[in-house]
Amino acid sequence: MSLLPFFEFCEHSAVGEAIRTSSWLFPVIESFHLLGLVVIGGSVLVVDMRLLGLGLRGQPAAQLARDAQRWLVGSLVVMLASGVLLFTSEATKCYYHAAFWVKMTSLLLAILFTFTVRRKVAAADKPSPLLSKLVAMASVTLWSAVGIGGRWIGFS
Amino acid sequence: MIDYHVAASADSRYDSISESFWPPRMSITGFCEWLANTPGSIALHESLWVYPIVESVHVLTLCLFLGLTVMLDLRLLGMAFRSARVSEVTKRLLPWTTAGFVMMVASGLLLFYAIPVRTFQNIFFRLKLAMLLLAGLNVWVFHSTIYRTVAAWDLDTVPPKRARVAGGLSLALWAGIVVAGRMIAYSWFD
Repeated sequence: MSLLPFFEFCEHSAVGEAIRTSSWLFPVIESFHLLGLVVIGGSVLVVDMRLLGLGLRGQPAAQLARDAQRWLVGSLVVMLASGVLLFTSEATKCYYHAAFWVKMTSLLLAILFTFTVRRKVAAADKPSPLLSKLVAMASVTLWSAVGIGGRWIGFS
Repeated sequence: MIDYHVAASADSRYDSISESFWPPRMSITGFCEWLANTPGSIALHESLWVYPIVESVHVLTLCLFLGLTVMLDLRLLGMAFRSARVSEVTKRLLPWTTAGFVMMVASGLLLFYAIPVRTFQNIFFRLKLAMLLLAGLNVWVFHSTIYRTVAAWDLDTVPPKRARVAGGLSLALWAGIVVAGRMIAYSWFD
């Protein structure tokens, strides 16, 4: 079954039409998406850097992860909400754009990984340094793929 | 006073100028026009891959530079990492935010170099520059005043008011800078 009819439905929905025909809605939603990117980038990096033995080395990784958690979740919510709106306005273009599928696949993997494996490793009392580093590198790689894929959707 | 109304194509003064290696003495707009005619600017402007890559570096380095700066601002506001010393957060993040800032400036200069005339005349670009100056001023004031006494409030879960103001101003100015930067690409007022 093809997802194309669903994408076309999104694009021709009232929300999709409104954003596409407005000259300012898309840029404004895009701005929220960018501000969300800054916060999610910071809250992911500050913990991954610690797991790699960089940055805030004086703090236990578990404490940093706890502190960063609400900023990570909050910015993720902003990203998802603004992202869905941006998608709705140009869903058909996304359907035919490889970068969109790369981004969605890595996003799914990044979210799953962050809230399962990474969460457990970051919260561990005595984490193995090797495991911590591997998890941090996987996290940075997955989230980078999401970011690069997202930027690339804009180039068509 | 800057002359905004020098017509690029109609003014033959700049035809010979583009062949000279050094920019001649002229207005900023004139300088931008000279810059736009240099081979490097034209190549970057017309490149299929280099320009989008530079632009992507500029956007994604936000995570490193601004993402970590926001983490520091949140500590100054007492909204995150409250058990960490403020001085530790400042010192340990500084090498990373500095590296990120260098990448932001380098890629930003290249983006300007690719499209100098239009960018210079863009209202959002000018707003962005003004806010960048204010953000720099904010850092300078913070470091030369309240941060000097950091030893006295290093472990405060909520730092003193002047530190919180610096953190809040930083967040507001940088949000404005990001949004203005994004808006440069839209040509509403060109």
